[in-house]
Amino acid sequence: MRILRFLLEKELRQFIRNPFLPKVAVVFPLMVMLVIPWVTTMDVRHINVAVVDHDRSSVSRRLIQKITASDYFTLRGVEEQYGIALERLEDGEVDAIVELPDGFEHSFLGGPAERVRISANGVNAVKGSLGMQYLLQVVNQTVLEWRGEYGVGTYSDPVEIQYRYNPTLNYRYYMIPALMIMLIIMLCGFLPALNMVGEKETGTIEQINVTPVSRLAFTLAKLIPFWIIGLGVLSLAMLLAWLIYGLVPEGSFGAIYLAAALFILTMSGIGVVAANYSSNMQQTMFVMFFFVMIFVLMSGLITPVESMPAWGQWITRFLPPCYFVEIMRGIYLKGASIGDLWSDYIALSLFALLFNGWAALSYRKQS
Amino acid sequence: MEMNEAVVVEGLTKRYGALTALDGMSFCVGRGELFGLIGPDGAGKTTLFRLLTTLIDADGGRAAVDGFDIRKDYRLIRKRVGYMPGRFSLYPDLSVEENLAFFAALFGVSISDNYELIAPIYRQIEPFRTRRAGKLSGGMKQKLALCCALIHRPSVLFLDEPTTGVDAVSRGEFWEMLGQLKNRGISMLVSTPYMDEATRCDRVALCNEGRLLGVDTPQGIVSRFDAPLYALEGENMYGLLLETRKMPGVVACYPFGESHHLVGCEGFDPHRLVGELERMGFCGVSVRAVEPGIEDVFIKWMSHE
Repeated sequence: MRILRFLLEKELRQFIRNPFLPKVAVVFPLMVMLVIPWVTTMDVRHINVAVVDHDRSSVSRRLIQKITASDYFTLRGVEEQYGIALERLEDGEVDAIVELPDGFEHSFLGGPAERVRISANGVNAVKGSLGMQYLLQVVNQTVLEWRGEYGVGTYSDPVEIQYRYNPTLNYRYYMIPALMIMLIIMLCGFLPALNMVGEKETGTIEQINVTPVSRLAFTLAKLIPFWIIGLGVLSLAMLLAWLIYGLVPEGSFGAIYLAAALFILTMSGIGVVAANYSSNMQQTMFVMFFFVMIFVLMSGLITPVESMPAWGQWITRFLPPCYFVEIMRGIYLKGASIGDLWSDYIALSLFALLFNGWAALSYRKQS
Repeated sequence: MEMNEAVVVEGLTKRYGALTALDGMSFCVGRGELFGLIGPDGAGKTTLFRLLTTLIDADGGRAAVDGFDIRKDYRLIRKRVGYMPGRFSLYPDLSVEENLAFFAALFGVSISDNYELIAPIYRQIEPFRTRRAGKLSGGMKQKLALCCALIHRPSVLFLDEPTTGVDAVSRGEFWEMLGQLKNRGISMLVSTPYMDEATRCDRVALCNEGRLLGVDTPQGIVSRFDAPLYALEGENMYGLLLETRKMPGVVACYPFGESHHLVGCEGFDPHRLVGELERMGFCGVSVRAVEPGIEDVFIKWMSHE
C-alpha cells in the first residue's frame, strides 16, 4: 500500500505536469455542456408548409391563420393547385403540404365526407414524421374549435396529452444527463488507455516490470487517478447544467455519485484492458474508438433502447453505459432512488469488477 | 547450479517466430566480476538481458541470477537486480530527484539508505536535481539511469549497451564508474558493440547471431589469435583490398580503420607481397606486423562459423 501511494503520487504529478491533459479535463466538459445541448435538439421547429386551399372557407382560413401563428411552422404560400405545391416540395422549399379539398367545410354541415391530405418530405425522417404529427394536431384542433363555435357538434377534445417528468418535452433535459455520460465515456475510457500504452511507448513500463511492484498496485495506480478526475468532470458538468439550463437532479446526489463511481471504474478498466492488449497508441485508439462508438450509439444515449430491434436490445444488455443511462435519466428526471434502480447498480458493480479484474490480470510483467 | 556465481546461463534459447534470437547460449559470471558481452547489433544481447531480468520467458535452457532460477524465482530476482535498458526509459516529465525517489520507493528503500553507493555518480548530476529528466543531456541521462538502477543496492547489475550514442569522454568516465562499482562488490553484465571497450572488462564473451563465439579474459582472447597479422597501407586502398585477397598465402584481408588488416598463413612473406603488389602498379604499399586486437579475433571466429 505504501508503494501504491508512491505510484499514485507519480501519476498525479505526471497528469498535472502534462501540458495538455489538465486543460482537456476542464475545456472538454465546458465545450460539451455549453454547446452540445443547443445544437443536438430533436425539437423540430419552423417546418415550411404550403397550403393548397380548394375550399376557401372559414375553416380553411382559420387553419392558415393557425399555421402562420405557430412557431412550429412557416407558411411558404397558399397554392391553387397541388401540382405546384408538390414541385416546391421537390425543390426543397417546402417540407409539408396540407391540401384542403373543396367542400371540406360543407362536409361538417351535412355534405359528403371530405378528407384533408397532408404530404410530408420523408427524407429527413424525424422532421417528416414530427411535421406530420404537428400538422395533424393543428388540423384537428382547428376543426374542433370551428365546430364548437358554429355549434356543429360539441367542442370536445377526446384526448388529453400530458408528458410526465419533462412536461414541455424539452429535448435538452433528455440530452444533458446523456452528455454527462458521454463525457465520462470519452475521458475515463481514453485517458487511462493512453496513459498505460504511453508507458509502453516510452519504455518506462520495462523499468517498472523489473521491480517487485505488484500488478495489482500498478493497475490500481492507473485506475484511481482517472476515477478522481472523472468524478471532478461530472461535478463540473452538473454545476454547468444547473447554472446554464437550470437542470438539477430530482433524485439524490449520493445516488448519482455512487453510480458514476462504478461507471467510471468500469470505463477506466476497459481502457486499461485495451492498452494491455496493444503495443502502441494507434492500436489502442482504434480499439477504444470501436467501443466508444458502440457505447455512444447503442446505449440509449441518443436513440432510446426501446426502439431497437429485439436482438439489438439484447446486445445492449452487455453494454455498461446502458445501465448508467438508465440510472442518470431516472435520477435526474424522475427522482428515482437507488432502491428503484437497484438492478442497474448491481449490473454496474459487476461490470466494474469484471473489467478491473481483467485489467489487473491482463497486465503482464512478463511477455 | 553453483551458488557462488552471479549469473549462470545454460543452453538458453529464445525464438521469435522463425527467428532464433538466442541459440543455446552458455556462460557464467562470477561474483564481483565485470563481465562484457560483445557483439554486433542482432547478436542477441538485448534478448539475453530481457531473459535474465525476467521480462521475457525462455524457450529452452535455463539460467540463474544470484542463485535464483529465472523461471521459478522471478519475483526474488526482481528484488535483487538492477537493469539499465539500452534505451533511456525513465520518466521524462519527472525531475532527476523525483525519478530517483520513485524507483527507490518501488524497491521499498529511500535515497538516503544507499546514498553512499550512488554518491560518486549522483554528485555529478545533483546540481540539476530539479530538472526534468527528459531535458538532461545524453551523458547525464545515462548517469541518472545508472543511479536509478543502483538505488536499491542490487547484487547483480545488467547494463544493456550503456555507452551507445555517448561521446568518447563520457564513455571513458562511465567505464571508470563501473570499475568503482566493481570494487563495491557488485557483479555486472555489460553489453557493448564497441570492441575497444572489451579491455575494460574482467572477462568478455564474444557473440554473434545468438551464439557465443568464445569466453575469456581480454588478454586471453587476444592470445588465441595464432596467425601472423599485418597492417597494409597504400594509395588505392580499395584496389589493394581486392587484389590482396586473391594473393596466395593470404588467409583474410579486411578494412580496419585507416588500414587493412591482413592475416597470413604459416610462413607468409610480407616482402614478397609488397613486391607483387608494386609490380601490379600499386604505389606506396607498406606492410608491417601488428598486434592483434579483440576485433581481429572476432572477425576470425566469425569467419570460422
